[in-house]
Amino acid sequence: MVEWTEQERSTINKIFGSLNYDDIGPKALRRCLIVYPWCLKYFGDFGATHNAEAIQKNDKIAKHGIVVLHGLDLALKNMDCIKATYAKLSVLHSEKLHVDPDNFKLLSDCLAIEIASLMKSDFTPDVQASFQKFLAVVVSALGKQYH
Amino acid sequence: MSLTDKDKAAVKALWAKISKSADAIGADALGRLLCVYPQTKIYFSHWGDLSYNSGPVKTHGKKVMGGIALAISRIDDMTNGLLELSEQHAFKLRVDPANFKLLAHCIQVVIASMFPNDFPPEVHVCMDKFLANLALALAERYR
Repeated sequence: MVEWTEQERSTINKIFGSLNYDDIGPKALRRCLIVYPWCLKYFGDFGATHNAEAIQKNDKIAKHGIVVLHGLDLALKNMDCIKATYAKLSVLHSEKLHVDPDNFKLLSDCLAIEIASLMKSDFTPDVQASFQKFLAVVVSALGKQYH
Repeated sequence: MSLTDKDKAAVKALWAKISKSADAIGADALGRLLCVYPQTKIYFSHWGDLSYNSGPVKTHGKKVMGGIALAISRIDDMTNGLLELSEQHAFKLRVDPANFKLLAHCIQVVIASMFPNDFPPEVHVCMDKFLANLALALAERYR
């Protein structure tokens, strides 16, 4: 089981507590698809994604970014059993969506970059460490049911 | 994923905006690396003080950014341009090349936090490619 200090719990809850999901969700997903274009593999039926401009304007991607970011709420509410909490989502990503689990880390890195842009100097090394630890645990949980 | 002319132009344009703050970026990025990825401390255990913003971290952060500046000046052929640095990392420092990716991420986090309006995805992709190619050039002499 993952051990969380009070400081880590507080840092992570503070970030998500003041987060504008409707803004950051789309930004993080768009960044992932522009910086790591092979991730577009999973968005074949999302409409126009042929270049950065199309991705930036794409409403379906924006909406999906919000869905994905809210997916982290599960982990936030169940920090002491993230692995079990994500079992079903892991099966979904593995057996239905066939997402290569390496891509979870790419999206998580892009989310860290968006949070850094948002928080600027408040995104201290300790805050980054706590936030990335949280994302790493989610990424690991999402990959657990793959075989 | 080699660098196109567009990538090189974007990296140089970004560098023009951020290079005045190179020392601060280097110190912040290196300090973050040691904090966020504590396994990297092994390469600096001889320093004593590995805390964020300590003297050795600041000094070495500056050196790292000097390496980045060198790479940008030799962006058309980083493999040959960085041979000496590659040999140093391979034979003397023995840095696991997997760590280059971690430092690249920290550098980009710092750029995003200090220059959020200058680091949209369209620029991030060029910088990420540049740092990935730099890492490859640094790993050239490993084996």
